[in-house]
Amino acid sequence: MAMTLAEKLVARAAGRAQVVPGEIVTCAVDLAMIHDSGGPRRVAPILKRFGVGLWDPGKVVLISDHYVPASDDETRRIGAVTREFAAANKLAGFYDGEGICHVVLPERGHLKPGMFVVGGDSHSPTGGAFGAYMFGIGATEMAGVLATGEIWLTVPETIEIEWRGRFGDAVVAKDVMLFLCGQLGMEGGRTQAVHFRGPAIGALPMQERMTLANMTAEIGGQTGLCDPDETTAAFIRAAGAEPGDIARWQSDADAKPAERHQFDAATLTPQVAAPHSPANAAPVADHGTVKIDVAHIGACTGAKLVDLRMAAKVLKGRKVDAGVSLLVAPASRRDQDAAAADGTLQILIDAGATLLPNACGMCAGYNGTLAENVTCISSIARNFKGRMGTTSANIYLGSPYTVAASAVRGRIADPRDMLS
Amino acid sequence: MSESFGRAFVYGDGINTDMLAPGIYMKHPIATIAAHCLESVDPDFARAVRPGDIVVAGQGFGIGSSREQAAEALKHLGVAAVLARSYGGIFYRNALNFGLPVLVCREVDRIGAGDLISVDAETGLVRNKTCGATLTAAPLPRFLLDMIADGGLVPHLEKRFAAQRAAGAAR
Ligand code: SF4
Repeated sequence: MAMTLAEKLVARAAGRAQVVPGEIVTCAVDLAMIHDSGGPRRVAPILKRFGVGLWDPGKVVLISDHYVPASDDETRRIGAVTREFAAANKLAGFYDGEGICHVVLPERGHLKPGMFVVGGDSHSPTGGAFGAYMFGIGATEMAGVLATGEIWLTVPETIEIEWRGRFGDAVVAKDVMLFLCGQLGMEGGRTQAVHFRGPAIGALPMQERMTLANMTAEIGGQTGLCDPDETTAAFIRAAGAEPGDIARWQSDADAKPAERHQFDAATLTPQVAAPHSPANAAPVADHGTVKIDVAHIGACTGAKLVDLRMAAKVLKGRKVDAGVSLLVAPASRRDQDAAAADGTLQILIDAGATLLPNACGMCAGYNGTLAENVTCISSIARNFKGRMGTTSANIYLGSPYTVAASAVRGRIADPRDMLS
Repeated sequence: MSESFGRAFVYGDGINTDMLAPGIYMKHPIATIAAHCLESVDPDFARAVRPGDIVVAGQGFGIGSSREQAAEALKHLGVAAVLARSYGGIFYRNALNFGLPVLVCREVDRIGAGDLISVDAETGLVRNKTCGATLTAAPLPRFLLDMIADGGLVPHLEKRFAAQRAAGAAR
């Protein structure tokens, strides 16, 4: 019987020739990613209760990003617990202050098509961009995975979202996802596997596909898959790993997804989501009079090298409005180094940007927060009340292009007017 | 073991995690959260529900946040099983991992408030003793029933590893 990519990935992990959506199977985990917030400090006590260690330290990657850099006694303690855990176990990787987990994991060659991966973070669908089945679980379930190497799963239905044609100038993955949040609502995915397809998706670089997959969490999908192709293979090789058999990890031509949505890429415009939900998305023109105090380019979904370059395209030769602070937290140290090498970083700094550490930072209000009552436009993934640490703040969401354009104008602005 | 018998508490579509575990009580212990479980839809629920009773609902039961307390609150009140047309995905995982049988049942409209019903999670057979109807729900696989019988994922694994150690010591 024909299978979708999601079904093939789950079937392989479950050791089955065939799986059917809705059935519950047990899957062998190829890789588990944990971070400093939900990782060692939460799972170690449960492992102790079990009286066991890690099932396979060589399949566990630990990344410190939420409480980096340490800012008080509590975050110093979390950092110490995290480093002790890394020292006590011979892990496949431990990255301390190198950047945000969802960006660092593929950047260091840990992901490839065909894998079945769990992450201790709600934006773990990001790994689906590589044609791997990756999804987020809580700390309790993670402890179970770390002890056994297994997890149960309801075989997901597949929702295909096809984008035909080409996206216009300054229309990017973030606009796609904000648009889908507005269209499908926050529960549109209903824990299914969302599969992004079509020529407009195939033309996107890996880091843009990662933004699509990342925000699948916002439409309620369990993972966000993209078809692995030459772009995927080239990214993995550049990360120093082997992509493996890409041809095997494709949906069968006659596979039947549960739902199929089709959109025309050329008609999409830059999108902005109003407070306090990504589902409040509308074309940027609908928000034209909103004045902003802070423009923030950060997070796994919005401050990768591609994102920094988008901002630089708008900011080149321009200055940030006198009433706005532009804060930029490059998503990884490597991306920041690359942005420094090609001049991107200098453009941002010349425009008036303040650089923040390569970490989650203000994204979840873990480390650094917005001031009271400010209006902010940010490239992060969600704008729930209090997301950036201050409940009185109003957070709008937009692409790095839109955030940069808004920083220059002092109000929410359409980046397409500033590209020529 | 996998059969439950109790009174039905029937609700509609879209019962979310904020209704099950209201945000303003999240700082408090589970007993407090459970006392306010579902109060925005049914102020009497937490007081009226008795161990063994069954919650019946429509689409999207437990949609919303990933908070584990939404499942824990029902478990704490002694709810023996949930029957719903569909579930929020994270809630569904959390509930089973907390040892609460949650079954997909498309025929929930044949159950009225207060009906006496029995649910067999192993066969998926649901009997409405009040009106005499027999309904079907999707059964749960053996390994999940075992996990539920042990009280959820953590006690289940504790038991499994303890048994492994005992077997190792006996050798
Ligand atoms: S950057 Fe934000 S969304 Fe990404 S992992 Fe960190 S806290 Fe989560």
